[in-house]
Amino acid sequence: MDEQLQKFFEKWDEKAQKSVTKNPERKLVFTNASRLSIKRVYTPLDVAGDYLDDINLPGEYPFTRGVQPTMYRGRFWTMRQYAGMASAEESNARYRYLLEQGQTGLSVAFDLPTQIGYDSDHPLAAGEVGKVGVAIDSLADMELLFKGIPLDKVSTSMTINAPAAVLLAMYIVVAEKQGVSQDKLVGTIQNDILKEYAARGTYIFPPGPSMRLITDIFAYCAQHVPEWNTISISGYHIREAGSTAVQEVAFTLSDGIAYVAAAILAGLDVDDFAPRLSFFFNSHVDFFEEVAKFRAARRLWAKIMKERFQAKNPRSMMLRFHTQTGGSTLTAQQPDNNVVRVTLQALAAVLGGTQSLHTNSRDEALALPTEDSVRIALRTQQIIAFESGVADTVDPLAGSYYIENLTNEIEAAAWSQIQKIDALGGAIAAIEKGYMQREIQESAYDWQMQVERKERIVVGVNQFHVKEGAPRGLLRVDAAVGEKQIQRLQVLRSQRDNQQVRVTLAQLETDAKSTANIMPSLIEAVRAYATLGEICNCLRNIFGEYHADNLL
Amino acid sequence: MMTEGMQIRVLVAKPGLDGHDRGAKVIARALRDAGMEVIYTGLRQTPEQIVEAALQEDVDVIGLSCLSGAHNHLFAQVIELLKKHHAEDILVVGGGVIPEEDIPLLKAQGVKEIFTPGTGTLAVVEFIKKHALPR
Repeated sequence: MDEQLQKFFEKWDEKAQKSVTKNPERKLVFTNASRLSIKRVYTPLDVAGDYLDDINLPGEYPFTRGVQPTMYRGRFWTMRQYAGMASAEESNARYRYLLEQGQTGLSVAFDLPTQIGYDSDHPLAAGEVGKVGVAIDSLADMELLFKGIPLDKVSTSMTINAPAAVLLAMYIVVAEKQGVSQDKLVGTIQNDILKEYAARGTYIFPPGPSMRLITDIFAYCAQHVPEWNTISISGYHIREAGSTAVQEVAFTLSDGIAYVAAAILAGLDVDDFAPRLSFFFNSHVDFFEEVAKFRAARRLWAKIMKERFQAKNPRSMMLRFHTQTGGSTLTAQQPDNNVVRVTLQALAAVLGGTQSLHTNSRDEALALPTEDSVRIALRTQQIIAFESGVADTVDPLAGSYYIENLTNEIEAAAWSQIQKIDALGGAIAAIEKGYMQREIQESAYDWQMQVERKERIVVGVNQFHVKEGAPRGLLRVDAAVGEKQIQRLQVLRSQRDNQQVRVTLAQLETDAKSTANIMPSLIEAVRAYATLGEICNCLRNIFGEYHADNLL
Repeated sequence: MMTEGMQIRVLVAKPGLDGHDRGAKVIARALRDAGMEVIYTGLRQTPEQIVEAALQEDVDVIGLSCLSGAHNHLFAQVIELLKKHHAEDILVVGGGVIPEEDIPLLKAQGVKEIFTPGTGTLAVVEFIKKHALPR
């Protein structure tokens, strides 16, 4: 059949070429965002391979079609809008609003001082308190943040990396005070330091001690918080920083390999922690490329876990992931158009089999989103889920010659990048040598030049302009938030049992210097209302701080 | 306007704690490709560090990039410190996620131009060529 098709195809191709000489196509070469070339048409000739080996059924190795047998026929993806701003009270109000609107999980955005382990009154925090997320200085703020939200009923994702262990400790104690034991907690900490060095920038400690904190969390949670996703290995920010889809997969899985290797080296059994690893990807503008990317990532990770790390438990091989639509694809121009972009990107994530999804709001190229904008973004997911019918069968694009071919191509290209990183000594070495950073920068510049040469049209930016006034009704974080937060912090420091703070910090110091698991002493320090800044300073003194090379 | 043949020196700086440096790096590279000499400070610079670097490197231009919403606070401090060091002839421009309504105040303080998302690199190059003063 293939031979016959091959002959037929060649004849057809000749005809098509002739027609192109008369009526040229829109472009000489069609490529996607990863610079893979796209053919005029795909046929069975483009999808060699064995169905059971390469694709198989949903919930079966290599999980190309999804990690569960029923996928969204059982339960929709978790609709999880990343939110947080100003004070704990204001963020708490936004969470309750989102839950009332039918959101099914929380996702906490912290401000930059919190993400970098500074208290709100640190000189470097000036101007930043409560700006890109909520300010958390101590357990007292965390108690307010989750006030009235039963932690045994919601799953909570926290975008926190360098000080992830501290925020997890706070969450555990808040739950305990609500009467919820830690083994009941469901949620995720991002806890992915490698992409902070490579792309996102909120690192504190050097790679060595950072990896130790991460493996301590793996070990602690395997024993005490078994339902917790201990890491969300993130390609999202790598993509936002400018990488291609292929680089996003390759660098993320390389980071994943580094975490698995570190945990095994720390003495953990792969099947004890690997089922709790989760991932986080971007859903960008090129629709089919994104769908294929998710499928390729799933297959590649399954193979890596099985073949390289000898995992036995199928759950260790499953790449479960959260998706956020591409923030950098939003335009400040004609911001309502972003609703359409987000719809397409959200659809790609759903057709790619995501476990949870954040849809960006139309005004996020301008400011933090307003409540109205966030509601539209959430409604977008609900329309896809409840109205479009795309969730009624599993992996509906499977078998498309184009999608399967593209899945193979992305997997192969990402695998060759991963091998390159292996040859450099793995993800940590590749980052220390600036390799990932340079590759990402190259792609970012390339993208910008494509836009400027109009090889890539961005509607409203380099074509289809209108005259527009300044956008109105943007969300503003009150400048007084910082002052109020500092006052609250000072009251806390004067009212808590400072002797207990000293004792618990001393124990933390002892444990940090030894090879003990750091989580128990962190939990005690947090319980005594030691602040995030005090805890991180204690660790800075022992671990040192990371300083990046300023590559250009 | 700089005279022909003089190389414009630019400090691209990331004030505050914001880690988004895609834009800063793209701009830095575009300015370099346009023949300027570019120094990049890296992340997490205080206004003091930025002004010190600008004076030490004897730059003609400072480009500030901030996507965290802390621009009002941080840009104003840079301008103030430049005045304190009698270096207000250094051209200061900014970019990032900056709402339209903040721009008049930033300009009144002395930021010569704010480039918002979607601005092409050529527009930035042209602006700097036109407004950088020889030092």
